[in-house]
Amino acid sequence: MLSDATAARFAREVAKYPADQKQSAVMACLSIVQQEIGYVSRASEDAIAAYLGMPPIAVYEVTTFYNMYNQRKLGQFKLNVCTNLPCQLRDGQKALKHLCEKLGVEEGGTTADGLFTVQKSECLGACADSPVMLVNDRQMCSFMSNQRLDELVDVLKAHAAAEAAAAKN
Amino acid sequence: MLDLSKFQSQGVETCFHDRHIGAQIYAGLDGKNWGLKDYVARGGYAALRKILKGEGAPEGTPLTQDQVIAEVKASGLRGRGGAGFPTGLKWSFMPRQFPGAKYLVCNSDEGEPGTCKDRDILMFNPHIVIEGMAIAAFAMGIKTGYNYIHGEIFEVYERFEAALEEARAAGFLGDNILGSDFSFQLHAFHGFGAYICGEETALLESLEGKKGQPRFKPPFPASFGLYGRPTTINNTETFAAVPWIIRNGGQPYLEIGKPNNGGTKIFSVSGDVERPGNYEIPLGTPFSKLLELAGGVRKGRTLKAVIPGGSSSPVLTAEVMMNCTMDYDSIAKAGSMLGSGAVIVMDDSRCMVKSLLRLSYFYAHESCGQCTPCREGTGWMHRVVERIANGQGKPEDIDLLNSVADNIQGRTICALGDAAAMPVRAMIKNFKHEFVHLIEHKTALVPASV
Ligand SMILES: NC(=O)C1=CN([C@@H]2O[C@H](COP(=O)(O)OP(=O)(O)OC[C@H]3O[C@@H](n4cnc5c(N)ncnc54)[C@H](O)[C@@H]3O)[C@@H](O)[C@H]2O)C=CC1
Ligand SMILES: Cc1cc2nc3c(=O)[nH]c(=O)nc-3n(C[C@H](O)[C@H](O)[C@H](O)COP(=O)(O)O)c2cc1C
Ligand code: SF4
Ligand code: FES
Repeated sequence: MLSDATAARFAREVAKYPADQKQSAVMACLSIVQQEIGYVSRASEDAIAAYLGMPPIAVYEVTTFYNMYNQRKLGQFKLNVCTNLPCQLRDGQKALKHLCEKLGVEEGGTTADGLFTVQKSECLGACADSPVMLVNDRQMCSFMSNQRLDELVDVLKAHAAAEAAAAKN
Repeated sequence: MLDLSKFQSQGVETCFHDRHIGAQIYAGLDGKNWGLKDYVARGGYAALRKILKGEGAPEGTPLTQDQVIAEVKASGLRGRGGAGFPTGLKWSFMPRQFPGAKYLVCNSDEGEPGTCKDRDILMFNPHIVIEGMAIAAFAMGIKTGYNYIHGEIFEVYERFEAALEEARAAGFLGDNILGSDFSFQLHAFHGFGAYICGEETALLESLEGKKGQPRFKPPFPASFGLYGRPTTINNTETFAAVPWIIRNGGQPYLEIGKPNNGGTKIFSVSGDVERPGNYEIPLGTPFSKLLELAGGVRKGRTLKAVIPGGSSSPVLTAEVMMNCTMDYDSIAKAGSMLGSGAVIVMDDSRCMVKSLLRLSYFYAHESCGQCTPCREGTGWMHRVVERIANGQGKPEDIDLLNSVADNIQGRTICALGDAAAMPVRAMIKNFKHEFVHLIEHKTALVPASV
């Protein structure tokens, strides 16, 4: 079930480790499928287990242990706002609240149009940039005042609309 | 690809300001000059050349492994990851003649609330870490290394991978580096959201493709590490300090700072200051100076408390803090830890019960669940703090918190248990009246925004 492109990305990760330690690439492989299909499905886990020659249960253990793996489909954009103490002191909580209110979701929830999931998160390692947030695990946005949050939401909505239009053509 | 660059941090606030003192690691950075060419122009890879080719060495001859370790020992460099263990000593534990693979690991899992220094090193000066690791690998006879990077900073992981490509192409990594018989391969690994993986043995488990649950120590990684092989793990900033030491000598490094606390250290200042950011200053600099560099307390308010070394370190009162210098010994003497160098500043509008509430939630959330005292105790402490914060606390809750903390501390596999217990005890010790007030009056003494 792995596409050639995905398999090539997996191979690049596996090459970093000794030949008898392919399992070391499991976290990277899981994050690759998450990037490609938005979450980690059971089928992907099984495919990765087969690819790396490890028991499927060992893959499930990894998926469930780490905070960032999505074990179900989320919104097109996963927005994680840090609310740990250093950020709490600089409006992290306020940013989370603003996003939730603006998008009309509870913390952890997904908007009805399937575009956004908003979650609070632990320290992102960018405390001096607070309020900070992460978009789809890979892009950090810093100094997110309410105004910048509004702007970000607009940029994301426009991106989604453009993608949807392109898909129609 | 979705372009979010306008929301990205440019490093100006946190790293490229002229408010470092005697910067070594952050010296001369502007965000654009992270690449190999610019690094070399700043004197980069000269230390590696000195070791492998004897360029700039006193006799003009290459250095031996023992000479490199001796220099690092002389520098008094102590681990920048939090525990402050002497780096040269740690390197000397590695069995030099061990047959078979040995590993070098860089701990860039920076997840200690308040800490964001390693991110700026890897993003804006990645080659300094590569060079430091290559030197370490040479000194200990290691051929393979990994840099474990915090999952949440994926852009930094990509930057580091780009720097690795450059270093390989230029012959600073790979087989027969600079024509010598020293070979070293280095790869980047990323985590995916688990604070505990910063603990070195949890990190090793994670690097082996497992869930990140800490191992019992001893054996230390030096004897049983990655894939069961001898392994040395150091923090990003520790490796980044090494090229300067080799170029300029251990003794000059020691002389910056104060005895037993050599060199510069990067402090991540967050919370109630005008200019949060990273500040590289000599160890032993007065806290008041650091606070001044960070623009002072926000909005002219009064300093109330400081967590001096990341959320795991005990909170200190303003008064105690203003008499401290920023080094391992002074902060330890004051009853806390220098830790990862994350200085969390709180002003007089802050309610300490609410602050502790957020921290106790964090530790309960991040406990890996292996040890009963930590798994149960962290959740229990969080629930007790929560009810106090909600005005439903009972007078005996304060003793209860102390006793739960007592029963965690020193009884767990890794230091996360201690890290969860110590802040609780320190908050109660230093700000007991706020807890008592909430219990007695059902409202906070400081009706704060926190
Ligand atoms: N940078 C960050 O994000 C965070 C840092 N920390 C810090 O981590 C610290 C605790 O770290 P630990 O690794 O548990 O401390 P530790 O004291 O067990 O070890 C420190 C280092 O020295 C080595 N070592 C110590 N004794 C040794 C011996 N006899 N033989 C060989 N090697 C030896 C260990 O392997 C380790 O690398 C805390 O003080 C805290 O400040 C905690 C959380 C996050
Ligand atoms: C819960 C926990 C989390 C830790 N997180 C980190 C971390 O993110 N980065 C780090 O360098 N050290 C971290 N440490 C400390 C490491 O276990 C280890 O002491 C350090 O990487 C050794 O490097 P150093 O000697 O250069 O400081 C953590 C320790 C504990 C107990
Ligand atoms: S102290 Fe906590 S985090 Fe550390 S091993 Fe035990 S349960 Fe896991
Ligand atoms: S506390 Fe929010 S990024 Fe560190």
